Amino acid sequence: MTERFAPGTFTPAPGRGKLGRMLLAQARTETVLTLRNGEQILLTVLIPVALLVAMSLMDVIPVPEPRVGSATARILALAVISSAFTGQAIALGFDRRYGVLKRLAATALPRWLLVAGRVVAALAVVAVQVVIIAGTALLLGWRLPSATGLLWAAVLIVLGTLSFGALGVLLGGALRAEIVLALANIVWFVLLLIGGVALGVDTLPTWLATVVDALPSAALALALHDAVVEGTAPDLGHVAVLVIWGVAAGALAVKTTKLG
Amino acid sequence: MSPHPQHPAVEVSGLVKRYGSTVAVNGLDLTLETGTVLALLGPNGAGKTTTVEVCEGFRAADGGQVRVLGLDPKRDGDRLRPRIGVMPQGGGGYPGVRADEMLRLVAACAANPLDPAWLLDVLGLSSSVRTPYKRLSGGQQQRLSLACALVGRPELVFLDEPTAGMDPQARRLVWELVSALRADGVSVLLTTHLMDEAEALADHVVIVDAGVVVAQGSPAELTEHHADDRQLRFRARPGLDLTLLRDALPEGLQVREASRGTYVVHGHIDPQVLSTVTSWCAQQGVLAEELTVARRSLEDVFLELTGRELRS
Repeated sequence: MTERFAPGTFTPAPGRGKLGRMLLAQARTETVLTLRNGEQILLTVLIPVALLVAMSLMDVIPVPEPRVGSATARILALAVISSAFTGQAIALGFDRRYGVLKRLAATALPRWLLVAGRVVAALAVVAVQVVIIAGTALLLGWRLPSATGLLWAAVLIVLGTLSFGALGVLLGGALRAEIVLALANIVWFVLLLIGGVALGVDTLPTWLATVVDALPSAALALALHDAVVEGTAPDLGHVAVLVIWGVAAGALAVKTTKLG
Repeated sequence: MSPHPQHPAVEVSGLVKRYGSTVAVNGLDLTLETGTVLALLGPNGAGKTTTVEVCEGFRAADGGQVRVLGLDPKRDGDRLRPRIGVMPQGGGGYPGVRADEMLRLVAACAANPLDPAWLLDVLGLSSSVRTPYKRLSGGQQQRLSLACALVGRPELVFLDEPTAGMDPQARRLVWELVSALRADGVSVLLTTHLMDEAEALADHVVIVDAGVVVAQGSPAELTEHHADDRQLRFRARPGLDLTLLRDALPEGLQVREASRGTYVVHGHIDPQVLSTVTSWCAQQGVLAEELTVARRSLEDVFLELTGRELRS
């Protein structure tokens, strides 16, 4: 055999990389992959921005005054649902199909870091969405709320990302990629239409409103309305709904998520 | 190199693994000595991947003892994984990831990684670094997977069907890589259903079928079990009547048409036997083509032990 490899090339020098470096490498890779994916951009940025413009300028959907502020609160909720739930579920479904979880689980990455890297990437994508949506809203005439409102908005967006992210992992971690793709899009559409996102809960029939009030989508949209429009702390009931969904989904996902 | 050189790199005894009512591995034993290459050889469904995945800590054993670098792969996984390199069957990557992004990510998980750019170049992936993983060919995905297994400078690597889906050049390269790893003191456990691969690469071959070890030893030990047991093979018109040839050959030699048009004579083959076969062909008015005399191969050993062809 030819000497393609100098002796000593593969002399063992094993060891685990630095935790911070591993976390950063994984989060950066996953963030870049999301932002490079055309379908993800359509779902997470283009559709929300188009809806924000439509709801702010046109009178098709009933939106309370101040119109741009109310629309911004709902679209921020939609953006979180789009990327943390639908985008995450679909990406995870196909990541499993292509064996990347097993690939990464076979490296020195501890399991908790594998999850942490995904969370950081999800938060990074949401941060990009928030900057674009808030920028568009400001151009449309949105007036920034008080510092309290902004702080709560940030907290709610992080909480919403974690809760919907857990729901996304629950869906994307257990089923076949094609089924995940179909379900994640259907759920997105249903939540958008009657989940308290595009239409306010108060415009729904009473029997439906009772159900929708308990959904994480309505909870996030209403809580963000308090923070973004009123500039106040949100109704703690909404926060509780969001936390309960997230904790339940996370606990279940730990049991059901498969690597491959 | 290894902090525990007194342990074999991998020690499996009495491994049992069931999936529901199916027994995938049924009391398997194997030992991979540090710095050597062990090939787990067997047909699809023999339990090779299951065995490897138990050693990697991906699956829990239902019975038996597994020690990898002296550790329990299921319980001590976080301590074991930084020391091993894994090439899972069929590879693995984000569907949209580029080869260099994937390899750099895996390299970031290691303390002293090899240079990813060099490794991509060596594995012939430099020209496709911008192609998303899902658009790479099966062979390219396999080569990237191999790069991911080696980049962390592991002391032990598991290669599950490392040459599946590869063209002959890439296969040759993998063989060279495995030889280089061995020369540098890396222990290698690979699975294959190709006997020439096992014969060429391994210090120790473990032949498995239906979850049990049917034979093990060095390639030489396995094939030289009967030192003067050779075989003579030739191709000719199918369906020849072998009665006269059987009568003409000495006692103890077996003749059969192994497959359509391929005839095999087994036993003590000497120049006289060769002459008998060729003169019988002349009497039959046929030309014996591709006539070869060889020691029995691992394939013959496997066929003898299980009654089945290895490539299935």
